[in-house]
Amino acid sequence: MAEADAAPGGAEDPIIEITGLNKWFGQFHVLRDIDLMVERRERIVICGPSGSGKSTLIRCINRLEEHQEGKVVVDGVELTHNLKNIDAIRREVGMVFQQFNLFPHLTVLENCTLAPIWVRKMPKDEAQQIAMKYLERVKIPEQALKYPGQLSGGQQQRVAIARSLCMQPNIMLFDEPTSALDPEMIKEVLEVMVDLAESGMTMLVVTHEMGFASQVANRVIFMDEGQIVEQNTPEEFFNNPQSDRTKLFLSQIL
Amino acid sequence: MKTHAFHRSRAEMLPERPAPITTTGVIGWLRTNLFSSYLSAALTLGSIAVLALIVPGLIEWAFIDATLTGEIGKDCPSEGACWAWLDQRITQFFYGFYPADAYWRVNICIALLVPALAYMLFDKLPYSRYGRWFSLAYPVIAAILLVGGLGLEVVRTDQFGGFMLNLIAGLVGIVLSLPIGILLALGRRSRMPIVRMFSVGFIEFIRGVPLITLLFVAIILLPLFLPPQVTLDQLIRVMIIITVFASAYMAEVIRGGLQAIPQGQYEAGQAMGLGYWQSMRLIILPQALKISIPGIVNTFIGLFKDTTLVIIIGLFDILGQARLLQTNPDWLGKVDYETFLLAALFFFVICFSMSRYSLNLEKRLDTTRR
Repeated sequence: MAEADAAPGGAEDPIIEITGLNKWFGQFHVLRDIDLMVERRERIVICGPSGSGKSTLIRCINRLEEHQEGKVVVDGVELTHNLKNIDAIRREVGMVFQQFNLFPHLTVLENCTLAPIWVRKMPKDEAQQIAMKYLERVKIPEQALKYPGQLSGGQQQRVAIARSLCMQPNIMLFDEPTSALDPEMIKEVLEVMVDLAESGMTMLVVTHEMGFASQVANRVIFMDEGQIVEQNTPEEFFNNPQSDRTKLFLSQIL
Repeated sequence: MKTHAFHRSRAEMLPERPAPITTTGVIGWLRTNLFSSYLSAALTLGSIAVLALIVPGLIEWAFIDATLTGEIGKDCPSEGACWAWLDQRITQFFYGFYPADAYWRVNICIALLVPALAYMLFDKLPYSRYGRWFSLAYPVIAAILLVGGLGLEVVRTDQFGGFMLNLIAGLVGIVLSLPIGILLALGRRSRMPIVRMFSVGFIEFIRGVPLITLLFVAIILLPLFLPPQVTLDQLIRVMIIITVFASAYMAEVIRGGLQAIPQGQYEAGQAMGLGYWQSMRLIILPQALKISIPGIVNTFIGLFKDTTLVIIIGLFDILGQARLLQTNPDWLGKVDYETFLLAALFFFVICFSMSRYSLNLEKRLDTTRR
């Protein structure tokens, strides 16, 4: 298997540095020798067959998963068992989940203000102002006082994005954000994500939306069996895939 | 070539129509609820027949043929119910052996209990900011009023009795068993082995032993182990045992609720940087407790009725008072059903209210269809 090269353009100002990352679930070797440098404002799409470890990889970046070997450094802070470091990183890294994971017992607005108030110790008024700003940005300020259960899937996912943005993170992780949505709702969520990409956010997106990848990604990473098999600019990746595994994967999803 | 019906397209959409008359109104209700099938109709008619057999006789016994006045049991003829004792004994059924000139203290306690509970249970009441503080201060106020001190004459706790005793023991148990149960449930799911083992051990031991055994241990055996200068009031010991007992059950009810919360809720909290206790308090417990409401109230009701077991360690709660009157030579053989009926009525009113409140709470917390 061809060893993947370093990021195109070289890492000058990396915000995420992953070196020699290995992780096991029991005896299952889910991540194998992952090396990944992510630059500030870089937008990376990670794809690959299911079970290839792509979700696990991004969950290692905010320590939702603990790794056994290797080094993960986020914005200059290394992830270890040190709880202070973990909390510091989680404050700066937003995450959007496949199942939205909104809090059903809180209104949309309360979902958005919870972490700013309790984690950032922000006054309630200020947190609400910021929340409304981001709800406007994802185009649903009018739903602020409703409960998540009253919204469509696409609206819920946009709230989830706004909720993450309210913590004003430096990095956003997206774990298959459109995979649980009906086809007509995928577009509204992708539009929000494109808008976010254009604003200069550092983004790591696990997705199979190849249109999104070619439109906004600086780099596409293909993973299989817990390894980075190939990474390249979207143009090269889609038009000129190198490995047989990548070719097979692309032929199946395109 | 033949044109198929499904090739046609609709030119305009259909307007809304009201539902057929047979499915709405009184007739519709009767149809869907009482006579929806032959079996259902048969059950309806059967139930009516059973009620017709029982209810008239009961009303006749309890009210029409009943004797309301009299000094002793002999004043009651044998056919109807004998309510003549109510006049002399109702205060004892309620207050036990509490001194009669201090009944007002119990009455104030009960009067204050209404706002104290209301401010805890309902939002959107006037002055609710001060009300919550009042609710928190209530246990202290009630304790001083009931036991005495601060200028009030002291009443020994072995003078407590009647339904008042059930209410006090039940309320203390209810108020304390919920937080203890929450901690035990969280402890049982903790990643720290010592905390987990303690919680599991505590829950399994308490659940595995009958309440009566625990009460006996607390009253008879405990003083043998404790140094003689340590004396713990008998009523307090009873309340501790009832609370501990209910907490173990409560823990398991709440653990069920905790397990129903998807992993994603925990992860979303973590990903935003919330700590363990923040996540629990703000995200997980509000949802887990909501799911557990039926089980929690079930435990509350069970606990409240378990307070009648204090009779076996010599405290005269409402059932104790009933037994006392039944064995009184003046009333022997005349009041067996009547006294129990009254006790049942007291319990039913409280337990039914708890059940209705829990339904109200479930509706209020249902965020999916507002």
